Amino acid sequence: MMPDIACGRLTESQLERNFSDAHPGLTRDQAALEAERCFYCHDAPCIEACPTGIDIPRFIKAIAVDNPGGAARIILDANILGGSCARVCPTEILCEQRCVHTAIESGRPVRIGALQRHATDWQMEQDDHPFTRGEPTGKRIAVVGAGPAGLACAHRLAMRGHEVVVFDRHERPGGLNQYGVAAYKLADDFAQREVDFLMAIGGIRFEAGCSLGRDITLASLRNAYDAVFLALGLGGVRALGLDNAQNPSVIDAVAFIEALRSAPYRQARVGRRVVVIGGGNTAIDAAVQARLLGAEEVTLVYRRGTESMSATPEERDWARVNDVTIRVWARPDRLLIENGTLRGVSFLRGRPGPDGAPLYDPEAGFVLEADMVLKAIGQSLLPLSPEGEMPRVQDGRIVVTQGGRTTLPGVYAGGDCTIGADLTVVAVRDGRDAAESIHAALAGAVRNNGQDPDGKGAGSHG
Amino acid sequence: MADLGIDFAGIRAPNPFWLASAPPTDKEYNVRRAFEAGWGGVVWKTLGEDPPVVNLSSRYGGLAYGGRRLMGLNNIELISDRPLATNIAEIKRVKRAYPDRALVVSLMVPCEESRWQAILPLIEETGADGIELNFGCPHGMSERNMGAAIGQVPDYVEMVTRWCRQNTRMPVIVKLTPNVTDILQPARAARKGGADAVSLINTVQSVIGVDLDVMAPMPVVDGKGTHGGYCGPGVKPIALRMVGEIARDPAMHGIPISGMGGIGSWRDAAEFLAMGAGSLQICTAAMHYGFRIVEDLIDGLSRWMDGKEYGAVRDVTGRAVSRYVPWNALNMNFRTLARIDADRCIGCGLCHIACEDTSHQAIARQDDNGRRTYEVIGESCVGCNLCAHVCPVSDCITMEPQPCTHELTWPYHPSNPNRIVA
Repeated sequence: MMPDIACGRLTESQLERNFSDAHPGLTRDQAALEAERCFYCHDAPCIEACPTGIDIPRFIKAIAVDNPGGAARIILDANILGGSCARVCPTEILCEQRCVHTAIESGRPVRIGALQRHATDWQMEQDDHPFTRGEPTGKRIAVVGAGPAGLACAHRLAMRGHEVVVFDRHERPGGLNQYGVAAYKLADDFAQREVDFLMAIGGIRFEAGCSLGRDITLASLRNAYDAVFLALGLGGVRALGLDNAQNPSVIDAVAFIEALRSAPYRQARVGRRVVVIGGGNTAIDAAVQARLLGAEEVTLVYRRGTESMSATPEERDWARVNDVTIRVWARPDRLLIENGTLRGVSFLRGRPGPDGAPLYDPEAGFVLEADMVLKAIGQSLLPLSPEGEMPRVQDGRIVVTQGGRTTLPGVYAGGDCTIGADLTVVAVRDGRDAAESIHAALAGAVRNNGQDPDGKGAGSHG
Repeated sequence: MADLGIDFAGIRAPNPFWLASAPPTDKEYNVRRAFEAGWGGVVWKTLGEDPPVVNLSSRYGGLAYGGRRLMGLNNIELISDRPLATNIAEIKRVKRAYPDRALVVSLMVPCEESRWQAILPLIEETGADGIELNFGCPHGMSERNMGAAIGQVPDYVEMVTRWCRQNTRMPVIVKLTPNVTDILQPARAARKGGADAVSLINTVQSVIGVDLDVMAPMPVVDGKGTHGGYCGPGVKPIALRMVGEIARDPAMHGIPISGMGGIGSWRDAAEFLAMGAGSLQICTAAMHYGFRIVEDLIDGLSRWMDGKEYGAVRDVTGRAVSRYVPWNALNMNFRTLARIDADRCIGCGLCHIACEDTSHQAIARQDDNGRRTYEVIGESCVGCNLCAHVCPVSDCITMEPQPCTHELTWPYHPSNPNRIVA
């Protein structure tokens, strides 16, 4: 018997409604009113809380005085992906958490994310790109990975007058924005539109379908380019560690999301009863989208307590609003498979042990019937191809120092493949800062009459 | 319960809240609605001679600020544009229907005694309680040598006031324009001419804004604009000063003052009373929110009076006047210091940057384990109050008066080369 996994559980119009913008933008009046709530703090705490350090009070003030272009410029100057960050940032644990309004009105910070979206949306509706390329430097930089880190790096390098080629294994640039984030967060093809906007600066070429280690090698890039920026993301997924985990009904949540974002929603396959394992935002995104595709029952199961989940309280509320059941303190024990068909998952109940680590009771458990299991238990760095010199990797991440320098001269890295919070906004900062650091190094090399500060001769390749 | 009833220059009203002469009091329909809503009186929109004036389309300009689309208005409307007989008939009917309310009629005719002699009996015949001479309208009518054109020349003020005083038994209230250098000159002239009371302020001459697409002042009338009269909360400080100036002037002692200019709440009302007003006029707030605001004005004022144990409006009138003094009479030994309540502080830094950039560098920022705190540097603080004003949290920054042994004013101050030596 076949598992109950199917596409087209809902009508086209239901799907369209379900995957439309989850939180539509503010109108001009709404934005003006909200902007006026900002106290225009000096040395504002919200700025400190933003990984890209956007001058938030200034851009909000600009919105308040009907200068959306000025507001957008302030945002994009610090964060060229300010549009998608406005949509996907967990502002409740970043800028908005630190908004001083929360000290007066608990739970009512200035809606910084919504205001940022308002300004950046305005900018994207204009015909012009707000930045211009610097004088051509004649330098060429390879960026591997067209996600937020790679794109932010490419744009800043273009601004500084360099030529950039961005390689990515996918057909479209955007990385997780294009393939990994829930569709309703970046509705109306926003990821692609933002990439188009970013690329409009010129000087950036996108090479689709290029995998590092398969189509290109780090050594060849180092030879052909003046610098390389690795923004590889985390391409691997952790294993469930259960028997039969390779059953076709057991799917990586990232692959599930990528599939539904790569084709019309009516072609996305989903089980009637879905169990999602994991406690992060990817787990939530997968669970909610499974519901929105028409799954009747979606249960998200996490091995520890709610407070340990990396999904924010807002994300968890969003899941509950969408009728996702969240169960905690349970570990998958066995995949129940009959004649090759997934029937369910049995779980062991757990509780916090004396040292904080969970203890699971082999005698107490429960079974969830399921047609599809989505695992979202974390992603990992794909092993770098062993051929040639590779930058140092530690604890599954590429080691970098200030400005994204790896252990290899001329090779920089940033975003999820390096240590740090796995947030879009952090990736953007990494890319931007690495670009500045590459630019400084290349400019220094020019100034020092061909002496590369990394000790590598400039002009020896290309 | 406090008694809100007033007797203002012989005009009685159940409460001190009158609608000022303006569009809300243009006709019977509106005035009846106002009285039904509870207003103590109205000053009927200014009557002139027939043929009536003609008003324009596009009459108001609005001032937006801080997220509010309207916090002040300017208008370029003229006086009543209805035939005199229509107004007279309506005034008569309304006064008969609401005998307990104050009904004052605003007047403006050309500067000739015969013209005033002609109109006064018509008003008297309506049974109206008094007249208000519109010497204040700063736009349009002033170009025709009426309104502020009279109010800005004390001799004219005195002359026309006298004509009216001599030709009617009704109380004469003279409405003053703020568009003068010294408000006491026209005020004293009014009294010399026999005014029973003064009312102020009329609107402030203004250009409310410029339409940057049309490149013309607003409100734009077919591509052009003119100056208007500004009113609303923004003019309250100007009005309070002028009311107080008159109230404390020995030459004006005891004259009833009808105070107006930006009154929107019971607190504004109480402040005008304290600075010397015996009745209050309101327009902009009613134009913004409707006549219902009078209920809150009455309720708020009477609750406040009860709390302070003021039995009647006259107990409040002029309460602050003796303490409204020239700068030279202020105590230079007085010192007040800012104190920041760290528990209430939300860390916005506005006090710090205001003091650092624009005052006396008397607020230091500290980082207390990631939580920013601010502290006043006592020896640098001059007690200017700026920090307390910019702080968005009430009672977070308080100004604390320091002990002071004796009073020292500038005339006696050692730094004053012309000091008075005892």
